[in-house]
Amino acid sequence: MSTDGAQTPIADQTGEATTRTLHIWRGDLTDGGLVEFEVETAPGMVVLDAVLEVQRSQAPDLAVRWNCKAAKCGSCSAEVNGRPSLMCKTRLDHLPEGEPITVEPLHAFPVIRDLVTDVSWNYEVNKKIAPFTPKPDADWLIGQEDADRMSEFRKCIECFMCQDVCHILRNHRMHDRYFGPRFLIRLASLEMHPLDDLDRIDQISGEAGIALCNITKCCTEVCPEGIHITDNAIIPLKERVVDRRFDPLFRLLHRRPR
Amino acid sequence: MTTQAASTPPAARRTGTPPLGATMRRDRWWLQPVLIATGLTLFGIYSIVVAALNTDYDYLKGGARYLSPFYSPDLRSLFGLHIPFTYAFFVIWAPLGLRTTCYYYRKAYYRSFFLMPPACAVAGRPRAAGRYTGESRLPFILQNVHRFFFYFATIVLGFLWYDAIRAFFYHTPTGTRFGIGLGGVVMVVNVVLLSAFTFGCNSFRHLIGGRLDCFTCSASARARHGAWKKVSVLNGHHQLYAWLSLISVGVTDLYIRLACAGVFTDPHHIF
Amino acid sequence: MSAERHEYDVIVLGTGGSGLRAAIAAAEAGARTAVVCKCLLGKAHTVMAEGGVAASLGNVDPADGWETHFQDTMFGGKYLNNWRMAELHAREAPDRVQELERWGAVFDRTPERKMSQRAFGGHTYRRLVHIGDRTGLELIRTLQDKAVHSGIDVFMETIVTRLVKDGDRVTGMFGYHYATGAQVAFACRSLVLATGGGGRIWRVTSNSQDCTADGHALAYEAGADMVDMEFVQFHPTGMVWPPGVAGLLVTEAVRGEGGILRNSEGERFMERYDPKRMELSTRDVVARSIYTEVKEGRGSPHGGVFLDVSHLDPAYVKMRLPSMYDQFYELAGVDITKGPMEIGPTCHYFMGGIRVDAETGQTIVPGLFATGECSGGMNGANRLGGNSLSDLLVFGRRAGTSAAQAASDAPAPRLPEAELALAAAELGGFLTGDGLTGPAEDPYRLHRELQTVMGDGVGIFRDEAGLETAIGRLHELEARAANLRAPSARLDYNPGWRLCREVRNMITVSLQIARAALMRAESRGAHSRLDHPRYDDYWSEHNILICGDGGEMTLEARPVVTSDELTELVEARQEAERV
Ligand SMILES: Cc1cc2nc3c(=O)[nH]c(=O)nc-3n(C[C@H](O)[C@H](O)[C@H](O)COP(=O)(O)OP(=O)(O)OC[C@H]3O[C@@H](n4cnc5c(N)ncnc54)[C@H](O)[C@@H]3O)c2cc1C
Ligand code: SF4
Ligand code: SF4
Ligand code: FES
Repeated sequence: MSTDGAQTPIADQTGEATTRTLHIWRGDLTDGGLVEFEVETAPGMVVLDAVLEVQRSQAPDLAVRWNCKAAKCGSCSAEVNGRPSLMCKTRLDHLPEGEPITVEPLHAFPVIRDLVTDVSWNYEVNKKIAPFTPKPDADWLIGQEDADRMSEFRKCIECFMCQDVCHILRNHRMHDRYFGPRFLIRLASLEMHPLDDLDRIDQISGEAGIALCNITKCCTEVCPEGIHITDNAIIPLKERVVDRRFDPLFRLLHRRPR
Repeated sequence: MTTQAASTPPAARRTGTPPLGATMRRDRWWLQPVLIATGLTLFGIYSIVVAALNTDYDYLKGGARYLSPFYSPDLRSLFGLHIPFTYAFFVIWAPLGLRTTCYYYRKAYYRSFFLMPPACAVAGRPRAAGRYTGESRLPFILQNVHRFFFYFATIVLGFLWYDAIRAFFYHTPTGTRFGIGLGGVVMVVNVVLLSAFTFGCNSFRHLIGGRLDCFTCSASARARHGAWKKVSVLNGHHQLYAWLSLISVGVTDLYIRLACAGVFTDPHHIF
Repeated sequence: MSAERHEYDVIVLGTGGSGLRAAIAAAEAGARTAVVCKCLLGKAHTVMAEGGVAASLGNVDPADGWETHFQDTMFGGKYLNNWRMAELHAREAPDRVQELERWGAVFDRTPERKMSQRAFGGHTYRRLVHIGDRTGLELIRTLQDKAVHSGIDVFMETIVTRLVKDGDRVTGMFGYHYATGAQVAFACRSLVLATGGGGRIWRVTSNSQDCTADGHALAYEAGADMVDMEFVQFHPTGMVWPPGVAGLLVTEAVRGEGGILRNSEGERFMERYDPKRMELSTRDVVARSIYTEVKEGRGSPHGGVFLDVSHLDPAYVKMRLPSMYDQFYELAGVDITKGPMEIGPTCHYFMGGIRVDAETGQTIVPGLFATGECSGGMNGANRLGGNSLSDLLVFGRRAGTSAAQAASDAPAPRLPEAELALAAAELGGFLTGDGLTGPAEDPYRLHRELQTVMGDGVGIFRDEAGLETAIGRLHELEARAANLRAPSARLDYNPGWRLCREVRNMITVSLQIARAALMRAESRGAHSRLDHPRYDDYWSEHNILICGDGGEMTLEARPVVTSDELTELVEARQEAERV
């Protein structure tokens, strides 16, 4: 076995000190704007490193939310160069060189301060989803194939970036009529659970507002976990709604035994 | 440390809808919608023109029979339909409807024609608060009929397979003989791509297995899971096949059209 | 005092696995329950857990049973574990895991459609129930959803800076809302600490930002005693490059799935340290081996060694270790299916913690319970992989139930105003500088200095001189910490303010660790003394307890809690290890 050549070359592996310019949004609900900072970069540095460096050395009151710094908790979501990104997973050397990097808070939620937004709406939505309710006669045997389908949705780290980018919430601000992609995949993971006893279609087509989704797939584009939100959750759920509400033929063939 | 004047606070963005195109993205996000709008427009115009022309769609030279996909099935011989104008519109509503209500195409045209939104994290057409209805009201609530278009389009696809296979059987004075012509090859490629597109349909994926809650609870469920897996592979490339098959339909028609008009002769070999 | 007030029967501090499990149990027992955490719900440190949760279900290896799990845990802990805790843990883990499935958790399956189990270091049988390499997330999400529907109130981004006592009894706690700086006081009949560990004391750590040993310090200040603090687990495999992610965990599952460790000479060096278990030896052994290889000049370019899975089928690697694949690909630019990872030890887990009663999680302070990583005893000198998640479930439930029971007999909680005023003054002082006796100290700087001290003197290998120096420097830091002041005086979402109290906590706990490490004049489990490289007969039967009554830190050796019923099992294992 050879151990060399393992590391693919990375732009500034030589360790030369270079600096990058950050434009960080600072402010609160009343007012705010981009503020410019310079930071010295280190090899492999991510946006969160740069922001924390600004916090440590230049703006000690810069508000930023983070916890794991390992792309696992979904705390550090922000908009980097206009795209929802996990700051702890976005490397500086993957962003266009020679240009400032803009870092903004998520747009779909009220800002608390600087890069921190109030995402509590999401927790309210989650409460409306009835918990997993096993069938009374469940044998607790589940196939890997079934586990695979559900676990794609259960990979979600609740970074809420899909909620942020979804135009229904972001631009049309219909938080009162749409659960957002995050909670449609949550509903999907329950609806497709082989042992779940509840019928969730009415909620999906009702208060969750699945019909508002026009499957433009931005949620899928930003998901850091690579969940196929639209193809594997929303579209299949839309089809299940069609079974129930728009397909007389299907209803005839699959009349539920009563 | 300097404050820049040029930025809007997110708070301000929340009051009222942002103007069309508002974004902090600095890549060429507009390129994709522009390309898609162009592609779809070109194909739309081409198919309407071709369907309306009512000429040069049935190539019958040298014992060959190549039928343009816009005119298949041949309603004239099938139902003895004889009308003084084109029958193509009685046919192409099915595949066209399949595409119009297809989940991929919906994404493509919602973005590029309806600008809702034009690209991710880019503001779309502004609307009064709460006026966005997505697919919950007319007209877009009609998208829910997608699976019916799938049924009909599958029938048409069957005829296209029939046409493609028939293209390898030539009428000669000594009877029907097997032969290979370029037109036949074009038609086979087309029908393969069309099948890859059609059977990657999200509705089909649902009906074949996706609608089950348990993939492993019975032998039939396992079998349907196997089928679902295969459809899922096609479905994963639905966008690709959507475009390839769109192009191949156009190319097939164009080939037959030019051959009919005598622009070139179809090279073939009869065995 | 105009602070916001809340009152509950049971309050759980922390929303990691143990906190949520405790809250669910308390609510099920009928107590009005709240959970409080520094982070957002569902984002506690537990989400990072990867490999799995240990439970002797025997789905894959039917020979497995609680006895073997108990023996493995004891052997891993070098027999310093609280025997009763290790027993309860091994006995109850299977039920707790099955219960998770009943609540909607989805784990990987066997061909018979049962929960699958994977091999992990120190476990005799394949025992870890898992889903891909994100088992912690599955656990958190399941418990979170269960808790949300159990009528539990949640206070997120609320930082607790002091426990409040009424006489001998803990009756509540004091803190503030991070987002606004508004003070808040909680009164409760029972308080359960579930605040996790303190990895942030070291610079290279796998722990999240929250892990600043708050619970350890709060309980200690309230009169609880600590056990086994000298045992800090350094996980053998953390990323070493690039610098920004140094310490980020590389799950043990990589070795469980067949990953091979090599030094810069291409040698599979574990053959020299533990030829029997090789890569799947216990964590302390692997970490020390790696450290030694690097020290002796056989390390990788960035000061680690190589961990290789490129001999495995790439598709298999991507399926079984998806987040490792992503992590290296995105952060280090390494495709692990093609080339080896560069890894080195990283501070990972506190075996030691608040001493509790095995059955109930009750500390020696009335009204105060502790569970999860912030409690001690279960893991002894070294924790086996997967034994933490099961620990959270087993003892989280026990603590929650007992806390609810105790609450029903407890008097209505009173929060003495003097105590609250004291807490408010301390918290406010960090902002205003009131009461400083010298030049203001910057919390960021002090934190870094602390990390340097601990890295230099209280790392994987320790010796008397190094520990004494470290203790001296820690006392200096402790004195300086009296003058901590946040660099900004804002109230809302002020990270420097928060760090002030955290740094104080970390210094307190660092002293406990260093002093216990100095006292334990032997090498055992995660504690390696260069000047005492062997087991010591006396220490093999004693734990170190630390208590701080009257402000003076006192250490005491106390015999390990054993149990006659278990002697046979323990002796059988000791016998087996000798041959
Ligand atoms: C990368 C990684 C992988 C791991 N993998 C595994 C594994 O595969 N198997 C296994 O068994 N173990 C594993 N572990 C260990 C295990 O995850 C932890 O030991 C366990 O999650 C600790 O859980 P906890 O409930 O005790 O506390 P934590 O999950 O640490 O939660 C602590 C909670 O307390 C809150 N808190 C702390 N202080 C305060 C305060 N002052 N005020 C308010 N709230 C406060 C925090 O906000 C948080 O909610 C792993 C650890 C890491 C780092
Ligand atoms: S696909 Fe639907 S849910 Fe996803 S971003 Fe688009 S509209 Fe929102
Ligand atoms: S689905 Fe993906 S983008 Fe949405 S919250 Fe979960 S992890 Fe984030
Ligand atoms: S800090 Fe946890 S995802 Fe970035």
